[in-house]
Amino acid sequence: MSGPSAYVPKSAIGRWFESRLPLGGLVHSSFIAYPVPRNLNYMWTFGAILSFMLVAQIVTGVVLAMHFIPSSTQAFASIDNIMRNVNYGWLIRYLHTNGASLFFLACYIHMFRGLYYGSFKPPRELLWIIGVIIYLLMMATAFFGYVLPWGGMSFAGATVITNLTSAIPIVGNTIAHWLWGGFAVGGPTLTRFFALHYLLPFIIVGFVGLHVWALHVSGQNNPDGIAVKDPQRDTVAFTPYATIKDVFGLSVFLILYCWLVFYIPNYLLDADNSVPANPLATPAHVVPEWYLLPFYAMLRAIPSKFWGVVILLSAIVVLAFIPWLDRSPVKSAKYRPTYRFFFWVFVVIGIGLGYLGSQEPTEGLAMIARILTFGYFAFFLIIMPILSFTEKTKPIPTSIADAVLTRTKTAVAAAE
Amino acid sequence: MIRVRFSALAFAAAALVLASASAALAQSDAEQPNPPRQSWSFSGMFGIYDKAQLQRGFQVYKEVCSTCHALSIPFRTLADPDGPGFSEDQIKTLAATYQITNAEPNEKGEIFKRPGTPADDIPRPEAYPNDQAAAATLGKAPPNMALLAKALKFERGFPWFIVDGLPGFEYQEMGADYIHAILTGYTKPDDLQWNLYYPGHKIAMPQPITNGAVEYKDGTPPTLENYSKDVAAFLSWAAEPNLPERKRIGLRVLIFLLVFAALLYFVKKRIWESAH
Repeated sequence: MSGPSAYVPKSAIGRWFESRLPLGGLVHSSFIAYPVPRNLNYMWTFGAILSFMLVAQIVTGVVLAMHFIPSSTQAFASIDNIMRNVNYGWLIRYLHTNGASLFFLACYIHMFRGLYYGSFKPPRELLWIIGVIIYLLMMATAFFGYVLPWGGMSFAGATVITNLTSAIPIVGNTIAHWLWGGFAVGGPTLTRFFALHYLLPFIIVGFVGLHVWALHVSGQNNPDGIAVKDPQRDTVAFTPYATIKDVFGLSVFLILYCWLVFYIPNYLLDADNSVPANPLATPAHVVPEWYLLPFYAMLRAIPSKFWGVVILLSAIVVLAFIPWLDRSPVKSAKYRPTYRFFFWVFVVIGIGLGYLGSQEPTEGLAMIARILTFGYFAFFLIIMPILSFTEKTKPIPTSIADAVLTRTKTAVAAAE
Repeated sequence: MIRVRFSALAFAAAALVLASASAALAQSDAEQPNPPRQSWSFSGMFGIYDKAQLQRGFQVYKEVCSTCHALSIPFRTLADPDGPGFSEDQIKTLAATYQITNAEPNEKGEIFKRPGTPADDIPRPEAYPNDQAAAATLGKAPPNMALLAKALKFERGFPWFIVDGLPGFEYQEMGADYIHAILTGYTKPDDLQWNLYYPGHKIAMPQPITNGAVEYKDGTPPTLENYSKDVAAFLSWAAEPNLPERKRIGLRVLIFLLVFAALLYFVKKRIWESAH
């Protein structure tokens, strides 16, 4: 579904350039003439928001890297130097650390939107899987980044996560030693995590390119989950329609981001990371950042280390199989009342697991976490396949234009 | 309509799960009270540091805390007009009263000591040149105070941890409250290492300061309550010296974004008019 590519630059130089490298045509067909369904709601602005956050994280990250020293003896002090002495270092650093949280917030909204409106269904399976890969890369990048300040929680987090590899039978310990660059988390671990933290964002950029490419082949899904039939009636041009909506959505998102950065910059940061890492003093209560808490809760809910790691990985891998777990021909939850109910139950399970992940583990809470973990998997492995064939769906509109126009008509009628 | 009901139901269920879980937790934590919330000049959207209070707080640090605690910040930052705002001359005189070990050896290859300058960091307490030496004498190394106010936080539980992030209710002064609570938490006169607010109540630092220990020059009553508040405010500044500048820039940024977003909204409405 590429847009009309009858792009002819106005200037002679432009035409000369275009006939040799049609860069303008690519931009024009992807971001100007590209047809978008006219019924998209604000949930569809998060793609643009995520692109902005990725660029913002890379820009602030590169600046921080100019001042950061990836050494176990100097990392903590170099961050303190950034915060105190580098011009606007505090701003760049708060933008970066809080930016990671906002990046994940936007990512989760984007993913839940996909789940709700069935954006993973044919013909967008690959688009979805590329998204899952980006999510995995984001988690890895965020984890590596969290280790860099070399505070108490950085060190504890690095120890907990890298120790997970030792759950692998036979070769586990060897892999852990190889990751650490020694026999425990230490200086070599920090240096290599810095290298990876700098590398992975650019790999994410590559996958985002594939994500956008795949999107522009299959076209966007939409709140009614029906395919574009008549581009004239069902779609509008990306620019100005989607562009202005995305920019507005982004500006609202930036208000939240700036509130966090300028007024409550330490709200999401862990106090233990204001204490230098000390292998002899583990923080009383080891917790990851909020965006990883649900998985942490699952890990802790399972008494066996090996099976805990298996569950943790499965919880993410299962996402890649959703296109084949949910076979319902109707995409949007708008027309799937039962799926919609279970979707919201799933959201609650996710939030509940996140909360449990943040609390001190007790036997009672572990039991709740086990039940919620079961619920998490049941949504994908039991509810989705069963609903695929048993759910009584509501009638879907015949076309996107009809869906939009009926809504407008009803609204007008209601107003009168 | 139905959609709204489902989501409302789901969120109500979530709130219930959270509330019951935190109620279960609150019970187990009952004997460990959270530090009581104090009023600070630097809280809220427009809060900034109180210069006189920071100067008093520095006096308390210098006369009491600095015996054991390091505070690794440069002398020059004490002249920060957003902070304690001492004059350049005061800082020069102050720095010169300390003997600093020079980083580089002299021409003869000897490591030597010299009077401090404003560019130097405040040196560690003389008696404890490193954490090991401090731990050997005191049982536990006293933490460096440069980031102490940011290193102290406590759990507020549901729903407060959400409220604490909301405009108008924001709570970023947990560290200051914590420091104030510890200093005023020595409530068992027969046990100087028992502290009401310290986890487990057994604290390595015996009661460091009591009424009248420091003589204020500005007429502020020399009470434990005032010492605790002043030094907590001073340490909050030490940990977050850019707070006033941050809030000043933030206000402009937020006003800009709010106006910008409003304008964009109307442009968006205008553009989409033809599409509906």
